[in-house]
Amino acid sequence: MDNHYTQSKGLHVNYSLISEMIENGSKVLDLGCGNGYLLELLKKTKNIIGNGIEISQEQVISCIEKGLSVIQGDIDEGLKQFADKSYDYVILNQTLQSVCNPEFVLDEMLRVGKKCIVSFPNFAYWRIRFRFFITGNMPKSKVLPFEWYNTPNIHLLTIKDFFEYAQKHNIKILQGIYTTRATVRKGIQYNIFSNLLAEEVIFIISNKN
Amino acid sequence: MNSIGIVKTQYYTIDENIKLESGVEFSPVTVAYETYGTLNQNADNAILIIHALTGDAHAAGYKSKDDKKAGWWDELIGPDKPFDTNKYFVVCTNIFGGCSGTTGPSSINPNTGKPYGITFPVFTIEDTIKIQKKVLDYLGVKSLYSVAGGSMGGMQAMQFSITYPDFVKSAILIATTSKLSPQAIAFNAVGRNSIISDPAWNSGDYYDKEIKPDRGLSIARMIGHITYLCEEAMYNKFGRRLQNKEHYDFNFDIDFQVESYLKHQGEIFVDRFDANSYLYITKAVDYFDLENKYGSLENAFKLTKSKFLIISFDSDWLFPSSQAKEIVNTLMRLNKDVSYCEIKSPCGHDAFLLEYDVQSKIIGSFLNNHIKGDNNG
Repeated sequence: MDNHYTQSKGLHVNYSLISEMIENGSKVLDLGCGNGYLLELLKKTKNIIGNGIEISQEQVISCIEKGLSVIQGDIDEGLKQFADKSYDYVILNQTLQSVCNPEFVLDEMLRVGKKCIVSFPNFAYWRIRFRFFITGNMPKSKVLPFEWYNTPNIHLLTIKDFFEYAQKHNIKILQGIYTTRATVRKGIQYNIFSNLLAEEVIFIISNKN
Repeated sequence: MNSIGIVKTQYYTIDENIKLESGVEFSPVTVAYETYGTLNQNADNAILIIHALTGDAHAAGYKSKDDKKAGWWDELIGPDKPFDTNKYFVVCTNIFGGCSGTTGPSSINPNTGKPYGITFPVFTIEDTIKIQKKVLDYLGVKSLYSVAGGSMGGMQAMQFSITYPDFVKSAILIATTSKLSPQAIAFNAVGRNSIISDPAWNSGDYYDKEIKPDRGLSIARMIGHITYLCEEAMYNKFGRRLQNKEHYDFNFDIDFQVESYLKHQGEIFVDRFDANSYLYITKAVDYFDLENKYGSLENAFKLTKSKFLIISFDSDWLFPSSQAKEIVNTLMRLNKDVSYCEIKSPCGHDAFLLEYDVQSKIIGSFLNNHIKGDNNG
């Protein structure tokens, strides 16, 4: 099972959006880097110095085949090998909802990265709400194709949830990018329509102060 | 499968005195080595392959036309193999203190005309790689494209990258550790005890005797083989099956297949290995401790300039993944360029000599990419 949603359609849009956010020559750590697609893209387009962490042996091998530096490891165990603020960007792309302890992972990211990029599928997306409302089943969608019993997405959340979390945990939202199938909207304030209309979201965050 | 073909072990004698870590000066040292492929004009396409505890310089190819058994890492070394001899100049030497062509306790001491026995100096892992470096200098190698080894070979490769930071471009460390666990030292100690307590060992002076310490050495090897396997590997290989019989014999002969296997491994080992070499080399492995030597693992690797590829096997309890991860984490903290893969395998520590599919892929891509994909400098 390819558990990090890497086969969904919105994928390339998502990758290029992330790529646009990153300055040339940055030092980037990609958590749950999968087959290394994003890191490779960033190396080519932004000339980054990049490292990846990935749990699956097969994916680690594809990264090494691409010439990337990748460590097999479980991000749920933390990032204790990395010094504070040792990366310009720490990326958690479509993985937040599938880690065991999102709070710990976010804390660790914010410790290690000067800025962090977090993306996830928005569970408050109107189609999901609608499907749940009509069918009464755990909703599935293109980006969330799994059954309740085999989904790796064990900590699903909404855009609203993330804003509330950020407020409580002293996290500064530097940028928010809300994507639907047709449009991309940006904003750093919570917007009820984004929460309803966006299928996915990408946040750039940092510690306040 | 592509083979390098027929190869010949060669010998190089180092004339100068070699100062060992213990302070002892020693000479002369002859080193047995093999090379495959051709050194390029810049003399920078060499890869040093380092063998494990009881290996030798014969890493690939065949010794003669009728030779059935290829070198110990033939699956990985040869034309179009991961250590591609069309591209790289591959060198493998027998370890100092060994008994397969390089000077060791069984060699003749020119001052006495007799084998050194236990008058041979105790040496360390760093001593062994300094001697390897002299062979590379003699061969005209200007820098190592890579140095690779499994188990004890991995320790040496690690030490190479530390002692010669400007000489080593990349290091491939497989099923290895920066220091043995007390458990691993314990098994080595039992092995050494088994040799020393064999009356035929005779304080290391047995070379001209009719009876050699074969018993002690074969038991040491049996213990070694237990540590190279794992519970699952033993179940897969032997289960509780009996050897050529259907019922227990109710005596102390061999009943179980696992007994028979260990006995066989012990017996064939004494034909190719020297008991004193076993004592010396296991001691060097036990002494190896980068933290102790450099104050911390960070200090040990601080000045290294190579790219690292680290591989461990999930069922290896002798050199467990947790030890590999310690090295990986240290290198990450130091901002070194490192990749790490934990290969799933039911083979225990032996996996680095058995699991070739995945290792081939990883090593091949790592070597192919590591210059053009230059990352952290």
